Amino acid sequence: MQKNLICIACPRGCYITVDLNDSGEVVSVTGNTCKRGDTYARTEMTNPTRSLTSTVKVEGGAHPVVPVKSAAPVPKGMLFECMKEINRATIKAPVKIGDKVIENILGTGVDIVATNNC
Amino acid sequence: MINYDLVVVGGGPAGMAAALKAEECGVKKIIILERAETLGGILEQCIHTGFGLQYFKEELSGPEYAGRFIELVNKSNIDVKTDTMVLNISKDNVVTAVNKDDGLLMFNAKAVVLAMGCRERPRGALPTLAGTRPSGIMTAGTAQKYVNIDGYMPGKKIVILGSGDIGLIMARRMTLEGAEVKMVCELMPYSGGLTRNIVQCLNDFDIPLYLSTTVIKTHGKERLEGVTIAKVDERFNVIEGTEQYVECDTLMLSVGLIPENELTTGVGIKMDPVTRGAYVSEMRETDHPGIFACGNVLQVHDLVDFVTLEAQIAGEGAAKYILDKASFDNAEYIEPVKGFGVRYIVPQKMNIKSEKDIELYFRVGAVYPNAKVVLEADGQVISSKKKIKLAPGEMESVTVPVSVLKTLTKDSNVTVRVEV
Repeated sequence: MQKNLICIACPRGCYITVDLNDSGEVVSVTGNTCKRGDTYARTEMTNPTRSLTSTVKVEGGAHPVVPVKSAAPVPKGMLFECMKEINRATIKAPVKIGDKVIENILGTGVDIVATNNC
Repeated sequence: MINYDLVVVGGGPAGMAAALKAEECGVKKIIILERAETLGGILEQCIHTGFGLQYFKEELSGPEYAGRFIELVNKSNIDVKTDTMVLNISKDNVVTAVNKDDGLLMFNAKAVVLAMGCRERPRGALPTLAGTRPSGIMTAGTAQKYVNIDGYMPGKKIVILGSGDIGLIMARRMTLEGAEVKMVCELMPYSGGLTRNIVQCLNDFDIPLYLSTTVIKTHGKERLEGVTIAKVDERFNVIEGTEQYVECDTLMLSVGLIPENELTTGVGIKMDPVTRGAYVSEMRETDHPGIFACGNVLQVHDLVDFVTLEAQIAGEGAAKYILDKASFDNAEYIEPVKGFGVRYIVPQKMNIKSEKDIELYFRVGAVYPNAKVVLEADGQVISSKKKIKLAPGEMESVTVPVSVLKTLTKDSNVTVRVEV
């Protein structure tokens, strides 16, 4: 079986073709221009993941919220559950870029970190 | 009057990179004038990741990308005035600005870098959008500021008109925050956004993208209650009978960016009608000596990484102008020619005596699958690169190597064209 994907690893947006065997295992990845595309295609076939960005409430900061991101991609199917956790959290100013806001969100092993000072 | 070697108008990614490069090249007295409260420009509200892959080789969010340059500016000897609005630039390069602490400020500049960025095309610029004027109609960038900086949701049921990147990013952002994004309508038969954003912002969340479709009417008195959408033909005329009412409380517009060039035209600088930015040389110098332009005020970019690179060219150019003005005297310019499929080229003119390769940035006018980008000089093919897809939404570039520049005369013809 063949699957066509558009790579989201970078803005180039390569058109990738993945060949799968009968048991759904990846046989080959073509159309990508770099290693990241290969990795993206294989992950997308087995356990698709996405980077998540949002904001978290800040007490006493220059703005009411501070932007955050997942330090690594999280499983695509868990995005909305992660958002619930993120929307429950509050942190106190001062916040620095890179500060851990939520540790190991929902047991994914991924931290949610601040991406701006506040 | 305050004397500066270089005055940079705008403290976003372009302004900061230009100022830092100029300092690195040996310019001593530099000031950045920024209208907002902080440096960073629009990146401060672009909290999604995807910035910096080209420049830093890592994936950063907007504030992180800006943060790296803000830190460098803070460590440098570059002066910064935020909350400061530039009102005018005179023909003899006097920059007039105002802020609430200093009042009126006049800067006498040896060189000026214009880095004002762009603003979004507003509703008023859409002549075909009829209807009432309730609350709930805003540009996608305004909505982005409400959510990401001010921390509140501007609506619950959303229709987005225009598939530019900001619209796509906001479709995902609003969905993640619990809103229902009903659809993205795009007037053109293709999206103006990056393909990766169609995938990760729309397809991931099953948000439909309707091409050749526009919003023709808004409904509601106090608050938006719905919009009427319709299909358009190839001449963008509404196809009768395709009208459809969609209930929504918010309409976000992502219908293009307009370089903010009031200061530029105020000086009388020559403009490119296609980019709506200044007409510049390969150093990004405008036709007014000593005034340079870079970033989205020069041409709307897809990636901030390219803004940074362009700003560094302008910063280096401005430094050269300040420190070694004489080197500009023996320049000999030709205009690269837009061949088949090419809508515009920046820079609009190039010095054939340049000692560095010159990168020509351009956009195509339509979608061309499996096409080639061909660079020709005096009838000879210099390079021919295969592309899986060329689209107006993605900026392309070709290099004119020094070895080729050396063979050119002022009557030479350098053409960039698409071969299908």
